[in-house]
Formats: sequence, C-alpha cells, structure tokens
Amino acid sequence: MTESRFHPLGLLRAFLRPIDPQLMLILGALLGYAYFLMISASPDRLEAQTINTVVALAAMWVAATISSQRMLSLALPLYIVGVVLLVAVELFGEVSKGAQRWLHVGVTRIQPSELMKIAMPLMLAWYFQQREGQIGFRDFIVAGLLLVVPVGLILIQPDLGTSLLVTTAGFYVIFFAGLSWKLIVPVALVGIIGIGSIIAFGDTLCQPGVDWYGLREYQKHRVCTLLDPTQDPLGKGFHIIQSTIAIGSGGVLGKGWMAGTQTHLAFLPERHTDFIFAVLAEELGLAGAIVLLIIYVLLLARGFQISVNAPTLASKLLGGAITMIFFTYAFVNMGMVSGILPVVGVPLPFVSYGGTALVTLCLGVGILMSIQRSRLSSPK
Amino acid sequence: MSKQRPVTFNHNPLLKRELPAWRPRFVLLALLGCSLALVGRAAYLQGINNAFLQAKGESRYARVIEVPATRGRITDRNGDMLAVSTPVRSVWAIPADAKLEPADARRLAALLEMNVAELNDRLSSGRDFVYLKRQLSPDLAERIAALKLPGIHQQQEYRRYYPGGEVTAHMLGFTGVEDKGQEGIELAYEKILAGAPGSRRVIKDRRGQIVEDVESIRPPREGEDVVLSMDGKIQYLAYTALRDAMQEHKAKAGAAVVLDARTGEVLALANAPTYNPNNRSNLTGAQLRNRAFTDAFEPGSVMKPFIVGMALERGKVKPTTVVDTAPGRMTIGTATISDSHRMGALTVAEVIQKSSNIGTVKIALQFTPDEMWHLFEQLGFGAPLNLGFPGETGGRVRPAKTWRPIEQATMSYGHGISMSLIQIARAYMVFARDGELIPLSLTKLDGLPSNGRRVFSPQTVKEMRAMLETVTEAGGTATRANVAGYRVGGKTGTALKIEGGVYTKKYVASFVGFAPASNPRLVVAVMIDEPTAGGYYAGTVAGPVFSRIMEGSLRTLGIAPDKPLAPLQLARKPGEATPATQARENM
Repeated sequence: MTESRFHPLGLLRAFLRPIDPQLMLILGALLGYAYFLMISASPDRLEAQTINTVVALAAMWVAATISSQRMLSLALPLYIVGVVLLVAVELFGEVSKGAQRWLHVGVTRIQPSELMKIAMPLMLAWYFQQREGQIGFRDFIVAGLLLVVPVGLILIQPDLGTSLLVTTAGFYVIFFAGLSWKLIVPVALVGIIGIGSIIAFGDTLCQPGVDWYGLREYQKHRVCTLLDPTQDPLGKGFHIIQSTIAIGSGGVLGKGWMAGTQTHLAFLPERHTDFIFAVLAEELGLAGAIVLLIIYVLLLARGFQISVNAPTLASKLLGGAITMIFFTYAFVNMGMVSGILPVVGVPLPFVSYGGTALVTLCLGVGILMSIQRSRLSSPK
Repeated sequence: MSKQRPVTFNHNPLLKRELPAWRPRFVLLALLGCSLALVGRAAYLQGINNAFLQAKGESRYARVIEVPATRGRITDRNGDMLAVSTPVRSVWAIPADAKLEPADARRLAALLEMNVAELNDRLSSGRDFVYLKRQLSPDLAERIAALKLPGIHQQQEYRRYYPGGEVTAHMLGFTGVEDKGQEGIELAYEKILAGAPGSRRVIKDRRGQIVEDVESIRPPREGEDVVLSMDGKIQYLAYTALRDAMQEHKAKAGAAVVLDARTGEVLALANAPTYNPNNRSNLTGAQLRNRAFTDAFEPGSVMKPFIVGMALERGKVKPTTVVDTAPGRMTIGTATISDSHRMGALTVAEVIQKSSNIGTVKIALQFTPDEMWHLFEQLGFGAPLNLGFPGETGGRVRPAKTWRPIEQATMSYGHGISMSLIQIARAYMVFARDGELIPLSLTKLDGLPSNGRRVFSPQTVKEMRAMLETVTEAGGTATRANVAGYRVGGKTGTALKIEGGVYTKKYVASFVGFAPASNPRLVVAVMIDEPTAGGYYAGTVAGPVFSRIMEGSLRTLGIAPDKPLAPLQLARKPGEATPATQARENM
C-alpha cells in the first residue's frame, strides 16, 4: 500500500483498474472513427466534440469504479428522480421545435428522458433481483407498469425516438428475465400486422385529413415519408432522399474522405448528428460502413460476453439490456438513415455529435466495465 | 450477493419451463436478421441502385450557368456615350431559408428602402425564389451582404444608364429589367448590342452558392458597340428648341428631325413630350411615343412642292407660268376649296411662296390620279421606312383607283393623305440633293450611299430650290424660318386635324426645309401638334423652331454661310456671332 502511494506507475494502475481493456479498445476505435468522420462532416465542432468525449469518458470511469451492487442500490432513487423530473418537464419544461423535452437547471438545461435510458434497465434489473427465485407472472405486470409510466411521460413530450429507446431498454430486461412467449408472440403479431397494414394501405392512410389515433401529425408524416419520400421531396422527405442519395452515390469504396458532395455541398441535413452514417457511406462507401458494423459487432460480442459471465441475475439482466440498447441505437439509426425505418431522431451510438447521448452511452459502457470487474472480484 | 452462486439464464425457473435454449438463440437470430437487413439495404443502395443515385447526386450539384454578355455601348457619331451598362446587383431570397430576427429584418428593410411588413410579405410568399429588390448599387449591395443574413442572396446584373436622359430618350429607347431592348435603338439593334451569353459548368451547394468553377462550355460573345448617326450637340439643340416651342405655344406634342442630306444619316430626333429613361416609374404612353416615326398626320402644304416639282419635270409649267387663283374659292363637284386670303393671279413660284391651295390644285389636276399616286410612291409615302423602331408607320395613301377628283385636289395640298414626320423629311431630300432619294440611316456611315433613286432631274430641283427659298424671304409664309447668314429653303404646312373622320379646329403646324440652299447639307423637319397659344400658322409656330435648329446645326457642323450678311448677324445675336464667324474662317 505504502510503496504504491508514491509510485506514479501504481497510481496509473489504480486509475486503470476499473477499465476493461477490450471494451476500452473497442470504444477507442469507435470514438476515433467518429472523430475522423467529424473532421469531414463538421470540422468546426471538433473542439466541442472533444469536450463531450472527455466528459463522457469521465462518466464512464466513474460508473466503472462503482461496484454493480452499489449501482443497483441507486436504481430506485435514480428511477424516482427520473420520473419526478419527467413530470417537472411536463409542468415547467422548455418548448423547443414543437416538443417539451428540456428542463432548465441553473446554468444548463438537461433532458431527463435521457437519464431514463439508464435508470429504466437499472430499475427493472434491481426489481427482478429482489424477486429472484420467485419471479412470477405478477412480477411482469409490475415491471410493465414501471416501464409504462416514464415511457408515457416521454411520449407526451412528444419524443417518439427516446420513448422507443426507453421501452426497448426496459423490454430487454423483462425479456431476459424470462417473459412468457405467450405474451411476446401476440404483441409481436399485433405489431407486425399493424406495420404490415400501414405499408399495405399506406396510400390511403397517408392522405391528409386521415387521423391516426394516438399519434401526432408529425409522427404520421414520418411514417408516410418513409413509405414514399418522393411525396414531399422538399419537406418531410428531404432528409431521407438526400441521405439515400448520399449512401447510394458512395458506392462500394466511396467518394473519398472529405470528398462527399452531398455532405460538403450542404445537401445532407443533420450531417454531424443523426445522419453522420450517410456521410460515412458516401465518403467511405460500403467498405467504410462494414468497418463500422464490425466494430459494433465486437462491442456487442464483448457486452454479451460480460453479461453471460456476470455474477448476479441483476447484473446479467442489466448487462444484456445495455448491450441490446447499443444494438438498438445502431440499428435504428442506420435503418432510418438508409430508409428502412422512420426518422425518429436516434443518434448513431458513439459516433454522432452530441454530448448527452454520448455521456449516456459511455455510462452504459462504464456499467458493463463495472459488471465485468465485479465478476473478477467475486470468488469463483 | 456476489458470493452466492450466480443464477444464469438457464437456471432461471421461468426459462426452464419455457424452451430455455430458444431465448438466446432467438436474440441472436433477431440480431442477425436486423444486421442482414442493414447490410442488404446498404448493398442495394451502394451496389445495385448505385448508378441511379450517383446521377441523382450529381444533378444536385452540377449546374450549367449562363455567363451574361456585357451589353454593347451606344455612342453618338463623335464617340460620346449615350448608353452604358453599369454593374448593379439584385437581391433575392429563398424564403424557406430566410428566417430573419426582427432586428435583422428591420435593418434589411431599411437598406432596401422598403417597409418591414412588405419585406415579410415577400419572405412568406411560399415560393422557392423571390426577388427582394433589383438593380441596387454595388456599395449598397455590399452593405446588405455584410449583414450575412441566411437565405438572402445576390446576383450580378447590369443596369443601363443613359447620360443624355430625356434629350436622347426616343432615339435610344431603353432596356427592360432583364437587360433586353424594349424601345428605340436598344430594341432595333438588340441582337448586335446584346451579344450572346456563354455558359459554364459549375458546382453549387444547396444554398445556390457556386463553390467550384469546373469548366467553360462556351465563352460569351460580348455585345458590340453601336455608333449612331446622331450628333449629340445637334440632338441637344433640336431637343431644347422643341421643348421651348412646346412651352411657348402650349402644344400637345411635337417632333423634330435633322437629316444629313449627303448621307441620309439621322443627326437628331426629338419628340415631345419626352421622358427620363433612367427613371421610368411614372411613364405614360404619350411620353413614350416616338412621334416622328409612329404618328401619321396630314402634312398640309408641305406637300405642294412635290406637285409643283412634278409639273416642272413634265414641262406642264415653268416657275414663271401664271396661275389665276381668284377669287380665292374653287368648286370641285360639291366641295369648295379656298385660300387663306385672295391672292389673284400668281406665278408658279408665288404659289409656293404664298402657299396657294387653289394654285396647287389647278396644277395638280393636270395629272391623272395614277401619275400622282406614282409620285407619292416614289417619294416613299405609304410605306414605313423599316429602320427597326417599334410601331413605325407608313402613313396612308389610298390606291389611285378610288380617288375622286376632290380627293386628288386636296391631296395636292396635303389633306386626305397622311405620313410621319420622318417620311416627309426624307422626301425633302430630293430637293436637298439634286432630285435623288436615298435611304436613311440611324447609325454612322463610313462613306456616301450609292443606292439613290432619282425622282426629279437636277434642273427641276434647281428651280424648286429657288422657289422654296422665297418662302423664307420677305413675302413668303415663313420669314421667321430664316437663318442669318445662310440661304434657307423650305415649306410650311398648317393642317387641320381630323378626329373621328371630321375636321376639327385643331391644327398641326409643320415646317420642312434645307440649308444652305446653294449646296444643301441638312434637312430639318419640325412638327408641332395642336399649338394653343401664340398663333397656329406653321410660319409662326414651326418656322422659328426650324430656324433655331437649322442655325445651330449649321454652326455646329462648321458649314460656310452662303449669304454674306455679317453686319446684320452681329446686330441680331451678338453673343452667337463670334463662333459662327470663327466657324466660317475655319472652313
């Protein structure tokens, strides 16, 4: 103890101890790739992105140092704080671009729905941990309620993208906890029939004046735009048309880094945030996109590996859910940019510009590291 | 908790009950399926649909733009600028991009000299492209650009500027906002002045800014300069003389032209009322009329010399032949022709000098309608000159077959026939140049024209000139058309106007003449429409205008006087005598 206190190498080792080297390597590769793309997509945001990255890595380190038990004990308070903040947003939130998502706290403003992406799986994992060994049908009802309340609050902001992400985050925990197929299959069927009918009867349903019960007008537009972006090429379909052109014109090897015409001539909207995948595909082509996919697959593989080997049910559920969240982010983002999913405002994980999402995702990585460390420290 | 044996998925009681192996496999399958969908979509876009989307992308940025040609300048015959293009800029906006803060909108509106409501109105028009203001001065445009407002753009244009203003308005015409000729020379010589735009291939970004210049497809062919036959100084003289006469006689309209008798060049062309081509905001149709070319009127007595000329040519009369005009009235069919006063027996020369209608009619009736019609046709009446001006009239000459005797009679003194001022001026060229008629030119000519058409023999013209000189001398109808130091020939015309087929009490006073009579260099024609103050007879209304224009033009051109009357000249206009004397010495 005493000799390492003054030993610089010992300090470094202490600093690095919570870090999982494999995860860190994958994360480093992703952030480096993101940085490389950002130079082309939006060079004047590099400095801000550097600050975001440092803050996010710090958050990750902090999460990694907290033991998973301690973290789970934070689940209930975090969840309650999250719900209270969401209610506060509904009551006092700031309206921006037609949605009430932000809450002013002193100097900065926060988006409480973002917190829910972590708090939700944490809460559910903690709950199933409490009921371990006696999980029954009633527990899934409780879990469902725990899930529905914050999701409902986020939906009325309205923020379809985040509510979907929080739902899936919670759903993964419930699913891994052993939700009955008897429940999953009917819900999945209803979903498939719903989506199928929208595609089949899209022409009729997308007529102006047709009211989609339960969805906002702009959400209806997003779905309709996905079905046929050329219906509104200058308005709602603009994003998808431009990004599809960007991806397609990239070809197999791309137009070359910094040489994307859609990107550099400002045709591509949101090119540094949600649509950065289109920049990647245009400039580095299919090859560049596959490189990114491979890094994501490595991240998922490591995440599942950690989850499977996790010592407790809660950490298993939590780890699995977080890994699945990474996947969901990546899939939804790439899906919407390439035009197979509606535009729902989900960033490309670890790559898109934006501090909040990056911090949330790195917290997730930190939690995975913490789970991994708890396995190492627990006796075999 | 970490000390107890971890419960894995497979130990979960629920999983044990329900197909435990399926759950992780299902997850894996789902992941695989989603990934395949993504890869498939990417492969479709980037591999299969690639060419189509690449073309789509290219069509978004590669544009062929037009490179405007600079419009040619218009100068007078001495090289003085009459029309020049100055660079200006137009400000336009993409309304969807132009979301302005109220403060910015106020500043922009102030620079554009519009009110904020009007500006916001344009910006909310729902179109993709709106002009906010066109043809702004470059420094004002710079100040707008310095605001760096989103969605507000500028484009380079040229604005035509006419240094001569209203003096040269009708001759030059003007260009529209698209820099295309709309009137006058600007229209007549549009093809030469405009040149041809070139084109370039460029890359534009979404905001329409050119980010890269790829290649030139075709360089623009710059517009050529046009050198007019007009002499700026003579034009100014004609303009001011006409303007002053308009005021003095409170006339409705007027026109004046100056022709070079040797070349057929139009040295001046003035119309009243006129307009300022540099500020056409309150333009009326009356101001716009290029009357000398577009308005046909009954010329009155200025026709008489042609009839007398033909009679001389055919040997029907001599200048000394006596014609009895008593008692000042003459009946043809049911109609009566009269002179302004009784003149008794006149020689043919006196018929011209005193402008006797009856004398002229008696001479005219010695010809068949066909012979007279043929004369008119030779003189160019009834057909427009086709110099390229819009709305040129050819006047009206009815076919000879339809003429009744009374009509043949009135036509001999310029009623029942109409023409434009430029047609009359041109016809008088036959007296100014030994019987030949030549085409007119609005541009400066290099040499003398060769394609003249003979109407009268030189001998006839010589006799006619002598007669026409007497008009401006004592005893003539236009003594005030005299020019000190020069022998001047010409003829007055005072015609009643027809409105709705009926002759009114309104007059058109005209005078057409040439000088120096010994060897004519210039033909000047003046027309004053509806003089209402200070007399209406051509001799008192149009004569002085003619005199002023002719005198100034002769001096400007430095033409030697052919009438040695120096002392009188000094007594009349001491201020102007010196340059004239100098000019004579310089010859």
